[in-house]
Amino acid sequence: MPRFFAYAAVMMAVTYLVRAVPFTAFRRKVKNRFVRSFLYYIPYAVLMAMTFPAALFATSSLIVSSCGLVVAAVLAFRGRGLVTVSLGACAGAFAAMFVMWLIP
Amino acid sequence: MSDRRSEWLDGVKQGIPIACGYFFVSFTFGILGASLGFRWWETVLISMTNLTSAGQVAGVWTIAAGGSAVELALSQLLINLRYSLMGISLSQNTDDDFTGVKRATLGFGITDEIYAVAVNRPKPVSSWFFFGLIFLPYFGWSLGTLAGALFGGVIPESVTNVMTLAIYGMFIAIVFPHMRKERGVLVVALLAAAVSCVMYVVPLLSRIPVGFRIIVCAVLAAVAGAILFPIPEIGGDGDA
Repeated sequence: MPRFFAYAAVMMAVTYLVRAVPFTAFRRKVKNRFVRSFLYYIPYAVLMAMTFPAALFATSSLIVSSCGLVVAAVLAFRGRGLVTVSLGACAGAFAAMFVMWLIP
Repeated sequence: MSDRRSEWLDGVKQGIPIACGYFFVSFTFGILGASLGFRWWETVLISMTNLTSAGQVAGVWTIAAGGSAVELALSQLLINLRYSLMGISLSQNTDDDFTGVKRATLGFGITDEIYAVAVNRPKPVSSWFFFGLIFLPYFGWSLGTLAGALFGGVIPESVTNVMTLAIYGMFIAIVFPHMRKERGVLVVALLAAAVSCVMYVVPLLSRIPVGFRIIVCAVLAAVAGAILFPIPEIGGDGDA
């Protein structure tokens, strides 16, 4: 794959610049309340937009995905950590898959 | 000097759960790379130079499909644009010493999870703390990809299929605890998810590339949150 290195360089450059340029260039404290509020909410909004509906179609069936996500949601609501919630999502989905396999 | 050391160690400690999660999640990325025909070192190189989940997945799909460099660059820009916003947000909570070259170098490590931990820190983020924080997750991400690319083929497909949920579990783990505590986050999160689902279903809107869809949803939801639930003023100095 000789073009691979060109592709990889493009990916790396864009991803790096998108991160580092605003972080490096921004020195002043933002005082505008609206802008500060917007910046506060944006990561939560991005993560939820990425999770839904994509996560529902992550596995072979909607039911399996949903079961995994429900387990993850319950664990996360109870304040469990990253690893526990991630593993919970997988465990919930596995359980659902197993049950569906038992019921023909 | 001991201050640097304690800051670095504090960062490393808080990076442990992120590193574990990353190992697990990037394992599934390694499997994906292998299944798309990438050599193991190619997948690992992408992880080592990008350190991002969604962007990398979109990237390998585009490369495998023989997409153009412009398409690749555009997808990376759109999907990773949130890091720009996170970088600006994070720049509001750094100490006076964390500037210039340090930011240009360590800025490479801004990810959803690392940002979430750093921005939630009660005291200002120092460069040593941030360096410590990205240290283990970087290795977790790279080594997980390596393991997945080398050994992923041994695992049955039904298992790897379900493992891809891990990445979304990670996102949920970041957002949901705040949803319970803050009404603003609750509304923003529900709105972003709802708009995203609507855009996925509605025929014309669903043709919008996924990276762009995420930006539209996130900006809409965050603007709504900023209008309906503005965060408290700093120190009450009355500056609007």
